[in-house]
Amino acid sequence: MSIDLSQFIPSFLEESFEGLELMESSLLNLEQGDDEAINSIFRAAHSIKGGAGTFGFNDVTVFTHLVETLLDEMRDGRRSIEQNDVEILLGSVDCMRLLIEAIRDETDCDTTKIEENTKLLEKTLAIEESSAKTEGDSNAETSSSEPNQGISVWQIDFVPEHHLVQTGNDPLLIFSALAELGEIIVVAKTKELPLLNDIDPEELYLSWHITLTTESTEADIKEVFEWVEDECLLTITQEKAIIDTPQDDVTQQDEASTSNTTIPEQQDLAKSEIKSAKATDTTQSSDKAVQKPKAETVGSIRVGVDKVDSLINLVGELVITQSMLSELGTDFDISKIERLTSGLDQLLQNTKELQESVMRIRMLPISFAFNRFPRLVHDLSKKTGKDIELILKGEQTELDKTVMEQIGDPLVHLVRNAVDHGIETSEVRIANGKPAKGTITLDAYHQGGNIVIEINDDGGGINRQAVLNKAIEKGIVEAGTSLTDNQVFDLLFEPGFSTAIEVSDISGRGVGMDVVKRNIQSLGGRIQVQSEEGKGSTFKVNLPLTLAILDGQLVRVGTETYIIPLITIVESLQTQTELINRVSGDMVLYRLREDNVPVLPIYKLFNISADSEDVEHALLVVVEADGQKVGLMVDDLLAQQQVVIKSLADNYQQVEGISGATILGDGSVAMILDIPGIITAALKMAQQTHTTRNHQQAVGVIA
Amino acid sequence: MDIQELAAEIEVEGEYAMEGIDFISSGEQFLTFLLAKEQYGVEILCVEEIRSWEHPTKIPNAAGYIKGVINMRGNIVPIVDLRIKFNIGEPQYTDTTVVIVLTVKGDSKSRTIGFVVDAVSDVLNADEKEIKTAPSFGGFVPEHYVNGLVNVGEGVVTLLNVEALQTIEPHQ
Repeated sequence: MSIDLSQFIPSFLEESFEGLELMESSLLNLEQGDDEAINSIFRAAHSIKGGAGTFGFNDVTVFTHLVETLLDEMRDGRRSIEQNDVEILLGSVDCMRLLIEAIRDETDCDTTKIEENTKLLEKTLAIEESSAKTEGDSNAETSSSEPNQGISVWQIDFVPEHHLVQTGNDPLLIFSALAELGEIIVVAKTKELPLLNDIDPEELYLSWHITLTTESTEADIKEVFEWVEDECLLTITQEKAIIDTPQDDVTQQDEASTSNTTIPEQQDLAKSEIKSAKATDTTQSSDKAVQKPKAETVGSIRVGVDKVDSLINLVGELVITQSMLSELGTDFDISKIERLTSGLDQLLQNTKELQESVMRIRMLPISFAFNRFPRLVHDLSKKTGKDIELILKGEQTELDKTVMEQIGDPLVHLVRNAVDHGIETSEVRIANGKPAKGTITLDAYHQGGNIVIEINDDGGGINRQAVLNKAIEKGIVEAGTSLTDNQVFDLLFEPGFSTAIEVSDISGRGVGMDVVKRNIQSLGGRIQVQSEEGKGSTFKVNLPLTLAILDGQLVRVGTETYIIPLITIVESLQTQTELINRVSGDMVLYRLREDNVPVLPIYKLFNISADSEDVEHALLVVVEADGQKVGLMVDDLLAQQQVVIKSLADNYQQVEGISGATILGDGSVAMILDIPGIITAALKMAQQTHTTRNHQQAVGVIA
Repeated sequence: MDIQELAAEIEVEGEYAMEGIDFISSGEQFLTFLLAKEQYGVEILCVEEIRSWEHPTKIPNAAGYIKGVINMRGNIVPIVDLRIKFNIGEPQYTDTTVVIVLTVKGDSKSRTIGFVVDAVSDVLNADEKEIKTAPSFGGFVPEHYVNGLVNVGEGVVTLLNVEALQTIEPHQ
C-alpha cells in the first residue's frame, strides 16, 4: 500500500507555520518567566520535526533536531533558561521559517543564515556538554550535527517477532527514519516466508539486514528502534569508522555494498534500497525554482465546528420554510394570504441569518494579525535600545479574512513608527518623569458595523509645530495658515512627509504613512490621529468588518435612489428655518448643536433635478468622514437595508463621489455614495468658487 | 462535401447573394442597425444580447451620451446612446428603441457596454475585400470609430470599430 504523501504537504506547511508562530509567541512569554511555555515550544518543534521527517525534508529535520535538543535540556531543567538562549531560539525559529518557506516556494533558501544559526546552536550545546559531562546522549547530539565527525558503517540485524505489525509498528517507517541518519541499504530475508496457503496475512515473516553509513551514534540508531525493541531481535554492530568528510558519499556506498556480499543469505534476498531522500530533493527543488519563483498562497481558513453546525441548522430551517411555501403555492387562494406573508417573513429571517453565518465563517480573530507584533516590538526595542512593553487587547475581535490580510502591513508600519518616533529613550522618559519602560497598546474592538484598531503609545506625542514647519518647508501648507490639530496631524499622511530628524532603517524615509492611509482607505476604512505632546499618540484605524456587503440607508433625490453607508450617518433631521445660516455668499450652514454643518444638496453635486431645492424644511442626512461633518440634502428617506457592493469600474470607470453600485430588490441599480469622496469633492468645489474672493477663508469655512 | 463548396455551387442572384444564405458564407458577419436613417454594423461575435430600452440609473456628472447603468443579470452595465455620441438624429426613446450589448475582451479583462440605437436591422456578410476604407470627408462619426464601409444593394453600411467604442473617455 502506498500513499501519495505529497497531497499532505500543504497541510504540513500550514501546521508548521502555525507551530512556528506558537513557538515564537511562547518564546516571548518564556522571556517573561512563563515556565509552561517551554513545553508548548517543545511540542511545536517536535511536530515540525516529525512532519518534516515524514515528507523527507531533511534540512528541516536536521535543523529542528538541534533546536529540539536544546529545548529538551531546558525542559528537563538540565539547563537554565538564559536571555541569550531565547535569542538563539528566536533566531532558530526564523531559520526554520526560512527553510519551510523554501519548501513552500520550491526555492533554495539562503543557507548562510542557517549555517550561522546552526553554529550558534552547536556552540550553546557544546558548552552544556562540557559542563555537564554526560557521556552518551550529549555526545550524540553534537556528533549528529558536526560534519567533521567520523562516519561509520553499521551492520544491523533486525528480526522482528511475527506479531509486530499487529502492534501498530511498520518496519518501513523505521527504515525511513534510518534513512534520515545516513545512507542505508536494506536487505530483506524471506527465508521464513511460508507457503502461500499457510500465510496469515496479519503476521510478519520477514527479517532484515541493514547496512547503515552514518555519522550518528549507536544511541541514535537505537532510538529509531525504541518502539519495537521488545518485539524483535536486534543486533547492531559497528563495522568500521571512516574518518572521511561526508562528501565522499559514493565511495562509502560502494564500500557498504561490498560489505554486503559477505552475508551468506544473499542468494535468496529480495533486495531493496531506501535512499536518503536528501540528494534527489535538493536537485528537484532547484530545478523548479527556475520555473516557479513563488508559489501562490493557498487560500484556506480553519472554521470552528460550531460555526459549521449553525450553518447546517440554518440550511435545515431554510429547507423547511421552502417546503412550507411550495406547499402553500400548490393550491393558493386569497384566504391563505396571511400564511404566505408569515412564510415570507420566515424566509427573510432565514436568509438573513444564513447570510450572517456565512459571513461569520470568513471572520477570524484579529489575534492572527496581532501575533506578529510581540516579536516585532521585541526586535525593534533591541535595535533601538528602548525598553518597551507591548499590551494587546481585544485579540478575539473578529474580522473578515480579506480585510485582515490587507491590514497587516499598515499596522506593522504604525507599530514601527510608534517604537521609532513615539517612545522616547529611557533617559528622556525618566527626565520627563515617566516610567522608564514605554508602553505600546494595540486594542481592537467593534463599533457599529466597524472594527476599530487603536495603536497607542505613551511616548512624546506629535510635535505640532514641527509638523507644521515641515509642511510649510515642503510647500504643502502656505505659511501663516491656521490649521486645527486634526488638520495638522493629517499632514503626516501626505506623501514624502517625515519629521524624523534622522532616517533610520526602521522609519523616517517618508514613504509609508501615505501608503498606510491609502491602504486603509482602499479597504473602505479611515485613520485618525490623536496626540498630546509629552503624553503620547493614538492612531485609530476604522475598518469595515467585511468588504462585500454594507448596511445602507436608501435615500431619494428626484427620481434617483442613492445609498448612504449607514456607518457614516450621524443623524437625519428636518431642517428648522432659524438654524439655517448663510455665510460668505452662497455657503449654507446648518447649526447642529454646537457644530456648523455645511449643507450639500445632492441634486447640485450630481447635476440632477430634485423635488425641492429649498433648504428650509428639507431633509438633511448628516454624515461624517475624516472628522468632517456635512449635511446631505435629500428628498426622501427610504428603507435601510444591506446591499451587495458591485464595482462600477468593471465595465465603466470610477466615478467621483460614488463608491460603487448595487442592485435593489426590484432589479434596478442604485449608486452607493462615497462620503469621504463627496466631502473632498465639495471642498474642491467650494475652493474653486471662492478662489476669486479669499482662498484661505474658504478653507476655514468648509473645514 | 465541404459546406463552403456546397454554398458555392448554389446559384444565388441579386440581393440574396448578400442576405439570403449568409450563415454559410466565408466572410465575417456583422449585425447592422439604424441610427436615424443611416446603417451601421458591428462584428456579430461581440454582441452579447439585444434588449429593449429600459430606463437606466443615472451616473452623476457623466457625459451626456452615457445614459446610466442597468442591471444585466447581476452585472452593472453602462448604457451609451450612440445617437448622442455621434450626433445623429434625435435621441427619442420609443418601444422600438433597442440596446445592443457588446462585450470586448481586452488584454486583461473584458468590458461590457450597452449601446442605444434606433433599430436593429439585419445580419450582414462581408468578405475582407468588400470592406472599403471610408473617405475622410468629415461627418459626425470620428474616424477612429470607423473600420470601413460595405455596399449593400443600393445602400452603404458603416462598420464600427467595437474596441474604439468600448473605450471610455476620461471624465471631463
